Amino acid sequence: MASASPGDSEAIERVQLGHGGGGSLSQQLIAELLVPAFGPGDGVLHDAATFKADPGPLAFSTDAYVVRPLIFPGGDIGRLAVIGTVNDLAMVGARPLALSLALILEEGLAMGTLRQVVASIRTAAAACGVPVLTGDTKVVERGKGDGLYITTSGVGSLGPGPAIGPPAVRPGDAILVSGDLGRHGVAILAARHELGFRTDLCSDLASLLPSVQALLGQGLEVHALRDLTRGGLASALFEIARDTGLLLQIEEEAVPIAPAVTSACELLGLDPLAMANEGRLVLFLPAAEAAQALAVLQGFQPEAAIIGAVADAGMPGDSESGAGNRLLPAIARGTVLLRNAYGVQRRLTLGQGEQLPRIC
Amino acid sequence: MNPLAPYRRPEAVQQLVGQLQQAISRPWTLMEVCGGQTHALLRHGLDRLLPEGLELIHGPGCPVCVTPAATIDRALELAARPGVILCSYGDMLRVPGSDGRSLLDLRAAGACVRVVTSPLDALAIARDSPGQQVVFFAVGFETTAPATALLAHQAWCCGSSNLALLVGHVRIAPAMEALLASPHNRVQGFLAAGHVCAVMGSEELEPLSARFHVPVVVTGFEPVDLLEGLLRCVRQLERGEGRVENAYGRACRPEGNAAARALIARVFEPVDQLWRGLGVFPASGLRLRPPYAALDAARLPGQATEHRPGPDAAAACISGQVLQGLARPTACPAFGRTCTPERPLGAPMVSSEGACAAYWHHGDRAENSAAARPLVRAAEASSLSDKAEP
Repeated sequence: MASASPGDSEAIERVQLGHGGGGSLSQQLIAELLVPAFGPGDGVLHDAATFKADPGPLAFSTDAYVVRPLIFPGGDIGRLAVIGTVNDLAMVGARPLALSLALILEEGLAMGTLRQVVASIRTAAAACGVPVLTGDTKVVERGKGDGLYITTSGVGSLGPGPAIGPPAVRPGDAILVSGDLGRHGVAILAARHELGFRTDLCSDLASLLPSVQALLGQGLEVHALRDLTRGGLASALFEIARDTGLLLQIEEEAVPIAPAVTSACELLGLDPLAMANEGRLVLFLPAAEAAQALAVLQGFQPEAAIIGAVADAGMPGDSESGAGNRLLPAIARGTVLLRNAYGVQRRLTLGQGEQLPRIC
Repeated sequence: MNPLAPYRRPEAVQQLVGQLQQAISRPWTLMEVCGGQTHALLRHGLDRLLPEGLELIHGPGCPVCVTPAATIDRALELAARPGVILCSYGDMLRVPGSDGRSLLDLRAAGACVRVVTSPLDALAIARDSPGQQVVFFAVGFETTAPATALLAHQAWCCGSSNLALLVGHVRIAPAMEALLASPHNRVQGFLAAGHVCAVMGSEELEPLSARFHVPVVVTGFEPVDLLEGLLRCVRQLERGEGRVENAYGRACRPEGNAAARALIARVFEPVDQLWRGLGVFPASGLRLRPPYAALDAARLPGQATEHRPGPDAAAACISGQVLQGLARPTACPAFGRTCTPERPLGAPMVSSEGACAAYWHHGDRAENSAAARPLVRAAEASSLSDKAEP
């Protein structure tokens, strides 16, 4: 509903329920907005698209996008919907071949906003080299949606290398992040104007495909990748530790966070490690290749960093003497330990999903 | 550079830890009054760097934790009414009332509950929603009370007809005094909450310190601040002193913030106040004084002047002992078992300043063992005062 404000002129063209009813308004929307943007790839509008693809194993992913406001510093819901699914495919090492697009529109959405989002989808898809081959449009009554929801699904082709994913993570792996964290989460909070602060921060929204392809192109033995979306680094590390049963040790000071993100999080009592990102990944690969991988990642984002390592499951968190060992006599399997600048380790816990600003 | 970096420098932390070790010659028990301090201590792992004999206990300085169930029930009842927009700070939304439901639960069921970060947002919402009744659920210590007072003053001045205040503000000094006067008291020195003292001034605590001959050190929230506060407290104890010191000079002056104090005094008057799990402390609450009392949510139609809570689903919660420093969170049989941030029995597990939440997120949960037994038996310490929570 970002585009609807009481002061809008009645003359503004808006989405009506009829745009989703299958009649002439639906046809008009498809013919005048969606076909020019995405076209039918095979020249035929039909129930399903057909396309030619490289033979070999495929990857398939789907995601739904709900974001308020629809247009935010550094991006919009359309670009997010394309890049989010492209990034999901990239996390298993896949190159995207085709996308589908489902638009759920709220009655009253300004048509100008929809056009802007559709143009953004087209631009983002072109930049990622992936066609939008099929889609759907529905309209819900005013008040039943946040203006616009998008679902994208994507099919991608996998290369010949070994499978990339949490089962490949090994003790001794290095853990890297591809850039500084938390920009998207803070930019969205600020854009909602609910938190009483302003910031020049833009979302980190970006395709991770080029950096992943560059890593693979150098023949690096990538064990696992995870794009850092909702829940941030904390959620990604927690899930990988849980799924692999391994102990992940993170040096808190090594995690790159922009000063503006740090300040906003300090002010609001939020954890930057749990803030959302839309253009950052965490990477696991053998420690011997960490420096080379870091150089590749820093070619895209200078803030990329090595943040920790994977330890043997069930071992104490710190084999050195010192403060760390006094603390955690028994480390459960599948744990993430953060070591701070004072040498103290603490266990990472998972937030409740929605971070709420503190009272004072 | 992060402006807080100087207060987090590892070299400074190491130096202060060394000084503490040198300063301490026997065991001492100190209380950090504020939940924000508790979280900072555990988040930075400072509790694990301290000398063995220095015991830290966690005080009642979490505004969410000490808000009585009856007040939360009243907020829930108001939020459930058609046409009501209930606004509060994020922390309040997860706290369960007597029947275990929170404001977030009500919101999911269709109630209009909004998170605000400034009380004045509630006035803007009231202006934008003329057909609806806006209720601001105001909680917090003297830190947030001035902003609520400003809201009340502005609402009164502009004649707002659809804004009401459900006031749950509390004052920290009377609670500290009640802790010291309790026969179960274990506190030998306080780290006073820096942000409260930034408003009220360090002078407010001097009578208390003198009466009980107890060191009180006004302390900030960064590692260097906290260790400096502990060091000054320990040095006083070792020397047999008991006075107020200000280790938070960059934010706190002896007289505090005169404008904020005047605003509080203009809008509120002290009142005896029930603290959840702790009992009634004299003059420890704030209520709207005339003419601002016209904004009191208790005056809305259908509001009973005495609200009686239903059966207390949180009967298993030992928050009263935790907030007096008589039991560690991990000593609670429910901790991490039937009480987690996702399904809290009491506010200390869900508030971002709650001691139980601090242990859950930053502490070692394996502590829940014989070593972490309650410090005083539950039966001995259910309440600090004669007037226990109904």
